[in-house]
Amino acid sequence: MENTHYTATAKLLHWLMAALLFGLLALGFYMHDLPLSPEKLQLYSWHKWAGVSAFLLLAVRLLWRLTHRPPALPLSMPKLMQFAAHAGHLMLYVLMIAIPLSGWLMSSAKGFQTVYFGMLPIPDLLDKNKELGDLLQTVHMSLNLLFVAVLAGHIGAALKHHFIDKDDILTRMAPRHSKEN
Amino acid sequence: MKRIALALASTLAFAALIPAAHAVEFTQVQADKSAVNFIYKQMGVAVDGKFKKFSSTLSFDPAKPTAAKASFDVELASVDTGASEGDQEVAGKPWFNTKVFPSAKFVSGSVKALGGNKYEVAGQLTIKGKTQDVVVPATFTQQGNAGVFDGSFTIRRADFSIGEGSWAKFDIVANDVQIRFHITAASK
Repeated sequence: MENTHYTATAKLLHWLMAALLFGLLALGFYMHDLPLSPEKLQLYSWHKWAGVSAFLLLAVRLLWRLTHRPPALPLSMPKLMQFAAHAGHLMLYVLMIAIPLSGWLMSSAKGFQTVYFGMLPIPDLLDKNKELGDLLQTVHMSLNLLFVAVLAGHIGAALKHHFIDKDDILTRMAPRHSKEN
Repeated sequence: MKRIALALASTLAFAALIPAAHAVEFTQVQADKSAVNFIYKQMGVAVDGKFKKFSSTLSFDPAKPTAAKASFDVELASVDTGASEGDQEVAGKPWFNTKVFPSAKFVSGSVKALGGNKYEVAGQLTIKGKTQDVVVPATFTQQGNAGVFDGSFTIRRADFSIGEGSWAKFDIVANDVQIRFHITAASK
């Protein structure tokens, strides 16, 4: 039998991730334009720590996702739309891996090691290299702009399902949708 | 008569010694094989940088280390923090204020031989109009006809008012800054 519900764990991970990623995006775009100050350096450290947290959370989420099949898409959805939905989700996962990786590599190349919560040094994968650091900064930025676009599609699609198609795509991810699991 | 003989004898003895000692005096600093770097902690994370331009004069004779002399003149605007906004920031007023104080100077005083290839150079370091006594440990190794000097010492940036105003606290940028040098000087 096809399952029709997300597990409570999957929902929790989804919304934790959503909150964390919105915070990271907002902080990233905000701190980038600040003039250099102690606060800016502080914000950069916090952004890095939150980024490492998101990456760890993603690992947990992937593990859950691979061992717990999500509910199927409604049969009413055209094949092309189903394909687009799967492609969109795949894209989100790829970006959720690529973005923290690019940030980590950028920090290494720029010579500013990431030390998780100021305690746990994350090894530098690259040697200090200004040109490479600048290139990776552009990569990190571009991936994030792409992420914002895909997220807009993700949210737009969820709202379309809810208000136009009037199916349960949005509500089945809502915290209190089901008492099961 | 006795006095003249003694003077003559000592002159001869010196004449015999001095050329031999001077034959290996290292004086020609090779800028392309020398470096001045610094390491500091930013929120507990070690970050390094360097100064791209500095000039130095040096004379070091391994046979007479205590007579050695060294002076450095580091062009502070040539700082490389690894980020261009960092370079601009530290050249500015709260940090080096390079418009008013373009260079950092070190002038050696006494030199102690610690045995082996280790030495200790006492001297005065002047940055941003403030002078502090510093003791710089250094090692010397001969490589072909060049002498290589390596060493590091730690200064406190607050002693020189480096990083004022909002940077004066040490929670983000630590007070201790380690200066590392690698100087190659050829013999005459």
